[in-house]
Amino acid sequence: MNLLTKHFQGLYSYRFLLQQLVEKDVKLKYRRSFLGYIWSILNPLMIMMIMVIVFSNMFRFDIESYPVYLIIGQTLFNFVNESTTLSINSIMDNAPLLKKTYVPKYIFTISKVTSSLVNLLFALGAMLVVFIVCKVHFNIYFLFIPVILFQIYVFSLGLGLFLAQGAVFFRDVQHIYGAIMTAWMYLTPIFYPITALPETIRKVVVTFNPMYFYITQFRTIVMDGTMPDFSVILSGCIVSLAAFIVGTLAFSKTQDKFILYI
Amino acid sequence: MENKEYVIDVTDATVRFNMASERIDNLKEYFIKLVRRQLMFQEFLALQKIDFKVKKGESWGIIGTNGSGKSTLLKLICGILKPYKGTVNINGTIAPLIELGAGFDGNLTAAENIYLNGTLLGHSKRFMQEHFDEIVEFAELKDFMDMPIKNYSSGMAARLGFSIATMVSPDILIVDEVLSVGDYAFQQKCERRMQEMLNNGTTLLYVSHSIESVRNLCNNALWLKGGSAVMCGEVEPVCESYMKSLQ
Repeated sequence: MNLLTKHFQGLYSYRFLLQQLVEKDVKLKYRRSFLGYIWSILNPLMIMMIMVIVFSNMFRFDIESYPVYLIIGQTLFNFVNESTTLSINSIMDNAPLLKKTYVPKYIFTISKVTSSLVNLLFALGAMLVVFIVCKVHFNIYFLFIPVILFQIYVFSLGLGLFLAQGAVFFRDVQHIYGAIMTAWMYLTPIFYPITALPETIRKVVVTFNPMYFYITQFRTIVMDGTMPDFSVILSGCIVSLAAFIVGTLAFSKTQDKFILYI
Repeated sequence: MENKEYVIDVTDATVRFNMASERIDNLKEYFIKLVRRQLMFQEFLALQKIDFKVKKGESWGIIGTNGSGKSTLLKLICGILKPYKGTVNINGTIAPLIELGAGFDGNLTAAENIYLNGTLLGHSKRFMQEHFDEIVEFAELKDFMDMPIKNYSSGMAARLGFSIATMVSPDILIVDEVLSVGDYAFQQKCERRMQEMLNNGTTLLYVSHSIESVRNLCNNALWLKGGSAVMCGEVEPVCESYMKSLQ
């Protein structure tokens, strides 16, 4: 606990740096591109439309409002994918800086995950467009969505911190992570209904896949118009907390050695 | 008046590098070395049993040949390296000038980099806004503020970096051989600025191979050789002994 408060204090005193780093990522992402920030909304929309066309015509899935189903899964998964993939290199990319001046090292990882969160917020705009076009009923439970986003942010922070410190010592992490994400994507019901999975795999996914918890919570609110099952919410929160604790612990234990390996 | 408050207190500090592990950064090599029992140590002691105490407002030059541990000592004081044995206690804010422009992002403009670099040193955005004009003025780069830093010459980047670091009035200023970049006029300007800061009570740690500038700026000196302290005291005797040893 003491460790956590010390880290929070350190983070708080460097909050301006965190803000600058996130602003930098957001500014530079679309600098000198013609459409700029519109891409943050256009990109997910385009991908979703392609997937709707492909899957509606190739596979017969029995899902109502397929675009809504799809874009929720796609957006949330993209966030976790992007934030954790960027986190892997966050320490090594800033090696020159870490060798010259003292900066709390976790700030780079946190800034990458937070920049991805900003992108996610833009992508919510794309989601909104789809909701309106598909005539989704907005209901009071939508107010719970920030809680889901918070769960997923904490989860990504934990996972990102764990990966960042791992990658410093074992560069293999960079190379293997792409394959892991691909497998994870197919094991998550993003573009197929959960019923398409064989019984045993379905049980594993429903119990252990964190993405399943977050995506299901979101879909229940938007498509079914009710609060998600308490068990799913609880699972989501537990996994987030666990990931955060493991990531933070691993990072604090190894961070003093980074300088020798970067 | 005896002031027993040290701003920098390095006690019996040793910094150890593990030379063997420098080359392992993937799983395959790790296992090969583990099996071959080559994982453990080729010990390299960059600093050994250093005692170094600095009071507020003192100015110290750190001299020695290449590889004697000067930069390692500075990194230890900055908190970049942790001591293997011994303790380091610092009492005050530090502005390190271990490389000018560390923390500059080439794709951002100079103005954006001022904010980034300032917050890197621990200051708020508002503080940087208040001092923005002063910084630009000292660096003499008013016409180039909206240019991405990657297009700057090394001298321009050095001027900007020095300007930002010294504008923020740290308690402890650490300068590591950075003034060799930049023309004579700039070097003079920097020495004057450092003298100003000294007059205002800033503590200075200055690493340089130019013994002349060490004599000009510093009242005390520490001579490091092979990771150990050879001599520590007033600047004239230490510098003389050092120069003699080089003959």
